[in-house]
Amino acid sequence: MFSATRIAAALALGCAAIGAQAHSVWMKPSSTVLSKADWVTVDAAVSNDMFFFNHRPLGLDKLVITAPDGSTVEPKNAHKGELRSVFDLKPEQAGTYQLAIVNSGVMGSYKDSAGQMKRLRGSADEIAKQIPADAKEVRVAESISRIETFVTMGKPSPLRLSGKGLELVPVTHPNDLVTGEEATFTFHVDGKPAADVEVVLVPDGKRYRDAVNEIKLKTDAQGQVKVKFPTAGMYWLDADVKDDKTSTPIAKERRLAYVATLEVLP
Amino acid sequence: MTSTVSRFTVALTAVAGLPAVAGGLNLGVELPRLEVAEYHRPYVAVWLERADGTVAANLSVWYEVKKRDAEGAKWLKDMRQWWRRTGRELSVPIDGVTQPTKPAGKHALSFSEGSNPLPKLEPGQYKLQIEAAREVGGRELLSIPFEWPAKQATSLSAQGKTELGEIKLELKP
Repeated sequence: MFSATRIAAALALGCAAIGAQAHSVWMKPSSTVLSKADWVTVDAAVSNDMFFFNHRPLGLDKLVITAPDGSTVEPKNAHKGELRSVFDLKPEQAGTYQLAIVNSGVMGSYKDSAGQMKRLRGSADEIAKQIPADAKEVRVAESISRIETFVTMGKPSPLRLSGKGLELVPVTHPNDLVTGEEATFTFHVDGKPAADVEVVLVPDGKRYRDAVNEIKLKTDAQGQVKVKFPTAGMYWLDADVKDDKTSTPIAKERRLAYVATLEVLP
Repeated sequence: MTSTVSRFTVALTAVAGLPAVAGGLNLGVELPRLEVAEYHRPYVAVWLERADGTVAANLSVWYEVKKRDAEGAKWLKDMRQWWRRTGRELSVPIDGVTQPTKPAGKHALSFSEGSNPLPKLEPGQYKLQIEAAREVGGRELLSIPFEWPAKQATSLSAQGKTELGEIKLELKP
């Protein structure tokens, strides 16, 4: 089954294995709420369970950290290990820092004259060159995935939106989450609220219980979901959308994925 | 009783030169003596919330004011409710509000309406909120609801279980 998150994971890993084992990608900061400019360390991994390092590190090449004033901040002490990548960040400005890894690309497959399945991967232009004239069953999909998390020092500031692909837009600010208070998030596709987006929230600590305890939601006509977090802790949020609004004519399908790590305080 | 209050009211009016008498709050905060290996004086925040949850006043915030490089501000966020309601919008230290942390025992605070940090309060329902967070320790939040202005001198209290002891609130009409 094609899943935008799987494709995002495959792209993030830099491999063309569509249909590979489903894995979750995430960044997990040591703190998301600070009352003073202080160091925060962030883990980034691709794994099976939240938030355990049991598969591969997440590449940080496409990591962009945006400060409250819109400037870009370089991660410090970035390192890629066996199971996780890690980097440090010291938020000096009051407001919200957005940490994001955005991947976009085109993937696909075709069958050559001998009936052999061949994979395609790259940008739209590169893919076009890879497909021979006699190719059959050409399937090309475009993919945009965004992996995000947020750290706020002092008073939360509004998020900067890209207006492209699938993204979370606060009604409730992602660094203002507590148990017992309902949070509302809007999901945008290409800058507009999107209805019927499937959203899943998974709480931390899967290893120490039997059930995954995921919370399944769907955006309403206004593109919103409302959630009351049952327990405090870190939550992994995953939203996926499939449409046909591709940016290149050779891709007939577009898969959008959005992943965020949210900290819910007691 | 009524005549005493009237005379008292007249006397105060003459002294203060105000058209109406300003009330006040007396607060008793008990920090329990805890038998722990590593004891740190708790961070404490006292504030008033209106019925709708908005903050009417920050009355007292005890934190490690004197630490180098404002290091003491690092733990203000651990007073979680205070931080979200008002703390994160403020810049500490604040004259008349912030103080150094205090030792275990009973502490008395006194506030007069119209005198920093207690502004003139609109009549209505309020909650006195007091939150304590202790390093290598726990966190506790107590609420004392009250109506303002008080028609007569009123004594209210709340009892903490872990990080706070007895909290006494006296309303002065």
